Amino acid sequence: MVQQIVFFVVTALALGYAVKQFLRLRRNILLGKDEVIAGDSIQRWRNVALIAFGQKKMFKQFIPAFFHFFIYTAFLMTQVELIEIFIDGLFGVHRFFAPILGGLYTFIISFIEVLSIMAFVATFIFLARRNLLKVPRFFKPEMKGWPSLDGNLILVFEMILLIGIFSMNGADVLLQKMDPSHYSDTGTLAVSSWLGPALFGGLDQSTLMVIERFGWWIHILMVFIFLNYLPKSKHLHIIFAFPNTYYAKLTPRGEMENMPEIMNEVKSMMGLGGEEEAMAEESELPEFGANDIFDLSWKNILDAYSCTECGRCTAACPANITGKKLSPRKIMMDIRDRTEEIALNLDNGNMECAKDKEKPLDKTNYDDGKSLFDYISPEELHACTTCNACVEACPVLINPLDPILKMRRYEILTLSQGPSDWLPLFNSIENGGSAWAMSVDRDKWAKDVTGE
Amino acid sequence: MAEMSAEGKEPEILFWVGCAGSFDSRAQKVTIAFCKILNAVGIEFAILGNEEQCTGDPARRAGNEFIFQMMALQNIETLNMYKVKKIVAACPHCFNTLKNEYPALGGNYEVVHHTQLLQELINQGRIKMEAGGSFKGKKITYHDSCYMGRVNGVYEAPRGVLEALDGDLVEMKRSRTNGLCCGAGGAQMWKEDEPGDKRINIERAEEAIGTGAEIVAVNCPFCMTMLSDGMKAAEKQDDIMVYDLSEMIVMTNKW
Repeated sequence: MVQQIVFFVVTALALGYAVKQFLRLRRNILLGKDEVIAGDSIQRWRNVALIAFGQKKMFKQFIPAFFHFFIYTAFLMTQVELIEIFIDGLFGVHRFFAPILGGLYTFIISFIEVLSIMAFVATFIFLARRNLLKVPRFFKPEMKGWPSLDGNLILVFEMILLIGIFSMNGADVLLQKMDPSHYSDTGTLAVSSWLGPALFGGLDQSTLMVIERFGWWIHILMVFIFLNYLPKSKHLHIIFAFPNTYYAKLTPRGEMENMPEIMNEVKSMMGLGGEEEAMAEESELPEFGANDIFDLSWKNILDAYSCTECGRCTAACPANITGKKLSPRKIMMDIRDRTEEIALNLDNGNMECAKDKEKPLDKTNYDDGKSLFDYISPEELHACTTCNACVEACPVLINPLDPILKMRRYEILTLSQGPSDWLPLFNSIENGGSAWAMSVDRDKWAKDVTGE
Repeated sequence: MAEMSAEGKEPEILFWVGCAGSFDSRAQKVTIAFCKILNAVGIEFAILGNEEQCTGDPARRAGNEFIFQMMALQNIETLNMYKVKKIVAACPHCFNTLKNEYPALGGNYEVVHHTQLLQELINQGRIKMEAGGSFKGKKITYHDSCYMGRVNGVYEAPRGVLEALDGDLVEMKRSRTNGLCCGAGGAQMWKEDEPGDKRINIERAEEAIGTGAEIVAVNCPFCMTMLSDGMKAAEKQDDIMVYDLSEMIVMTNKW
């Protein structure tokens, strides 16, 4: 009975705090601008199925994809086991499904056990790979400190969880022989039926009962810790990969988002009948592009939260490869960090950050004197060749190029800054209609050939 | 175009020459080669001449939407005035902007890149390669431009052309979706590199040299400049030639 009450309280607290944290994430993502993501939903679900579930893009690098797949499937399958843990915990029963499902139960648990062993091996390999093999993308400047600890912590969590599962099942197998009335027969389990006796054989019943309970509680507690750790960690991708692939844009990659406000102004300048009234009404100088996360779209912020900092984008970036400061992964990490900074001020109701101190602090009334430019330097933005290698590389369809281009727009259109080398380019296009200032005819080459 | 229009003729296709193709002395050779092919197969085409303007791609990617809109809207006015339906561009950046960005501004055309048209003409048998042409058995590597490859998913058409040339295609390690940029996109062509260890075009040229190829085939005037410069920096400009696919067709057929 005591155990049931403790389980109920722990579960309620863990789920309650998790809901609170996920609602906060939703609010943070919606700090970005509205953006309607066009395109048909069948194509979107295809992306979710192939890219999130099927991990199609991960398999561009076979070895990490192979081991990642084990951890991923073991993780998915363990959720099935959780259903039973909840029923057992709340109603004070033991292995509720074992007698009901019989042979199918043996199969399911054995299947999870085999996957768990493979996940254990994979986790071990990943820890070694991260820390001993020195894969360059894990040692870029943006990975110092928390990001690197975060990467290791989650692998340690994973190992503890797996140790919990095997202590629970291993002790259970032995207890089934000692007290068959309470410990229902699970049949011969693929791993625990030999691992249990090998590890715990010869121990007395009371010790085994402690080990079984210890394993059971470790399992569920790690799940709760994991759930509440996710919103603070790069590991959020295990959930956000799904909405992020669903909402990934379906318009051509080569199409930059149009700016109708500028199009209409240019149309009216050229006498092509733009919406002149609309422009005339604006008294304030309009801001173009993105200076802060409020000017990004909500999808850019969802992208940032979905990033698991694997660094495939950075490893493919021509600027980064040749030693420039730009790292697409850092751009995404910076957007997340800036969002968290603002979110914390909003949570605390820090009125120092209100633009108008009389009004309540919210996304329309926020100014902490900082911007995304405090995180991302112009040098990084200027190094981008818009080659889309980062976009192509991301296994969960994050687009690091989009925020880079939005920030370039802010720099050029609102600040009138940017690389001085670009001034002659802009001038020759504007004045001569050509990317280079030329004094000859555009078809001089043809006249030279035909001799006209 | 103006002359054809005055005569009441409608050309089969409009050839969008682009700034590089019009003014850059190296890219002009590609322009001329491509025109020779069109003439040889008897395609009636037109150019806009001085009525063509920059598509606005470099300005837009640098962040200057105003200048992009000015160029794009003027070009669309011109194209719509001549009732242009089909455009072929010899530059992947022009191609991308015309194809993917003009529709949102009211410019809807069927747009192809010259390598796509070349492959189509080869497949239709309208371009016939001389048997045992000058590229037979020669080691050729192909550099995927970002805006044809990753951005528009065109990987096979240019390779199809190379196959028809009977060359020995050797791929670089980074090719197709993993192709490495030449370093010129996103208006980088017009500025110095940001501080770093190396220029991007040097990195790519070294990779191309590593394949042992005698020829680097490209489909973009900017890749052409960047890789030619990379070859010069490595003092390989006399050993490894950088050619556009249309030049190779002209050479093999001695047009």
